Amino acid sequence: MADDARSGILGTIRRAVEGQRDEAAARAAVADRLARHARNVIPLRAQLPPAQQVELFQRMAQAVGATVELVTDPARVPHMAADYLSNHNLPARVRVAPDPLLQSLPWDRRPMLEVAFGRATADDQTSLTTAVAGVAETGTLMLASGPDQATTLAFLPTNHVVLLPLSRLVGTYEEGWDMLRARGRGQPRTVNFVTGPSRTADIEQTPQVHAHGPGRLHILLLADM
Amino acid sequence: MRSTAHAFKENARTAMADPDLTKALTKFKTGFPLKRAQAVAALPEFEALRDAGKAIKDHTLAHLDLYLEVFEQNVRARGGHVHWARTAAEAKEIILRLCREAGAKMVTKGKSMVSEEVGLNTALEAEGLEVVETDLGEYILQIRKEAPSHIIAPALHLSKEQVADDFRRVHTHLASDRKLSEPADLLTEARVLLRDKFLNAEVGITGANFLIAETGSTVIVTNEGNGDLTQTLAKTHIVLTSIEKVVPTLEDASTLLRLLARSATGQEFSTYTTFSTGPRRADDLDGPEAFHVVLLDNGRSALLGTEMQEALRCIRCGACMNHCPVYHAVGGHAYGWVYPGPIGAVVDPALLGIAEARHLPNASTFCGRCESVCPVRIPLPKLMRLWREKEFEGKLSPPAQRWGLGVWAFVARRPGLYRLATGLGMRVLGMAGAKRGRFRSLPLAGAWTAARDFPAPAGKTFQELYKARRTGVHHG
Ligand code: SF4
Repeated sequence: MADDARSGILGTIRRAVEGQRDEAAARAAVADRLARHARNVIPLRAQLPPAQQVELFQRMAQAVGATVELVTDPARVPHMAADYLSNHNLPARVRVAPDPLLQSLPWDRRPMLEVAFGRATADDQTSLTTAVAGVAETGTLMLASGPDQATTLAFLPTNHVVLLPLSRLVGTYEEGWDMLRARGRGQPRTVNFVTGPSRTADIEQTPQVHAHGPGRLHILLLADM
Repeated sequence: MRSTAHAFKENARTAMADPDLTKALTKFKTGFPLKRAQAVAALPEFEALRDAGKAIKDHTLAHLDLYLEVFEQNVRARGGHVHWARTAAEAKEIILRLCREAGAKMVTKGKSMVSEEVGLNTALEAEGLEVVETDLGEYILQIRKEAPSHIIAPALHLSKEQVADDFRRVHTHLASDRKLSEPADLLTEARVLLRDKFLNAEVGITGANFLIAETGSTVIVTNEGNGDLTQTLAKTHIVLTSIEKVVPTLEDASTLLRLLARSATGQEFSTYTTFSTGPRRADDLDGPEAFHVVLLDNGRSALLGTEMQEALRCIRCGACMNHCPVYHAVGGHAYGWVYPGPIGAVVDPALLGIAEARHLPNASTFCGRCESVCPVRIPLPKLMRLWREKEFEGKLSPPAQRWGLGVWAFVARRPGLYRLATGLGMRVLGMAGAKRGRFRSLPLAGAWTAARDFPAPAGKTFQELYKARRTGVHHG
């Protein structure tokens, strides 16, 4: 039955489209499009010199309710994380993605801050991750699952802190895809585009922040270039 | 989902007499169009993006068999499974089997219109599974045993008081005198309750906004993050989707994503856009162990190569209904099936049969707003007209309705009368580009608004109700 369904559906499609195309040319067109993955229309807004790109990213992320802070020295990150938690009256505990950049931070300088690496559990209130890219166009973070990043970190905790090196800031989604392809690890199980904290307007069309994902998204822009 | 599309007229009458619905629709008909207009104004390339979006979809549909094969191959290459379903029944059978194989007791679900289309929940529940909708709107509808009234804002028709009543009725383990007066109270209660479900479900089912042939990925677009918890925490992730959702590359999806949120909610981008590819990898820290994609046809492939093919470009953004004066008047339930509004009037006859859905293509003023906002430029009024012609030729119209068309033709040649009859006024006529001379040739437009075609309750004509609606006065 399964094979019948497959051949039935593909057969109907073929009967409808085959009369309108040259088979060899069609196959070549498909192969070419997949290989080239050409860009389509790219908004001018996103084609900016780096400094303005940072400004655009910040403005767009803030417009959707994320908060953004600049960091010049990575050694400051543990302090900033700890301060963020105490400013929001949160327990001094953070679940950190086992990313080499995050593991290399001098966590011992804030001994009162409890740091655990790995995937998120139901009890974690705050997570810290990096991102593969930041997309200035809409203030979007691009996260990819792997041994260094767990998808749950971006969804289970109420507070999500992201350390984004400025070298990973790009203008468009397409540049983000190129950065991901350049890692050479293939398409990960999950790629998340995250734009602001979770929200809903399902009750009386009233916009509300903090639906099922985090209620706060805090982005630390690390000046590494 | 069982259709009541055949009862559109009765449904519409009931809808227009519902004060809660009236209130919701009044807010809706200005809110969504305004937000879209602002988002479009902020992106000078929007019209060029619409052309690109249309071109991507046209190219893909012309090579649909080839792209589906590549998609399937790439899902498999990453350890996932693809299942083909010709009909709703086949789709349900496949998913039931997968749930059994996964040893599932509880299934969480992200919002999926295709799952409404096939009536998945009823089928799973009949087998003893606990099925939990996790999108806030869908959750509310599930406990009310109601269908969505909009494809992206499913609980649009409800007031917060109605939701509070339902929460008190169903969440009996909570203090009965708790505060539930604000949307925030309701959201918090639902979040806490659903968190438990996410953590305990064996299977998570989502839909897909796009499928990507290049990588074998499925894409969901949400604001709440419920779809992500659904598909990340369960051991098995099942994607129920339909064949026309495939696009060639990540770049093509990116173009369509620039159109989707702006057209749908007026957001620059939705909060979460997630690309899922296969099950978790050996060294991944989380994610599902199994990944299944169910590809539903259910009448879509039969539209290819016909004049209705253009409807398959639809990216289900909802803009056409957000801008439709008929939807604004009657809401989504009146249409009687999963897809309401102009796109429903075009695809429901294809998916349900024209006999069942014959009224829907008539539910139009042919004002043209739907086409003017559709991100992939589907000529919705033209396609509705085609259905009407098909129906008329097939003599499916009851004699009274055919006679009604005659009345309409008489009225339509006299713009003054037409205005009175439709209550739409010159503004809309102007928008449709209907000059007096050309008007004559507008085939079959607007007949459903003629009084004879639209029996109204308590001696009121549809126009009177419609006018009351438009001026915000409700006559009970
Ligand atoms: S027909 Fe066009 S406007 Fe309507 S839902 Fe589909 S894509 Fe959106």
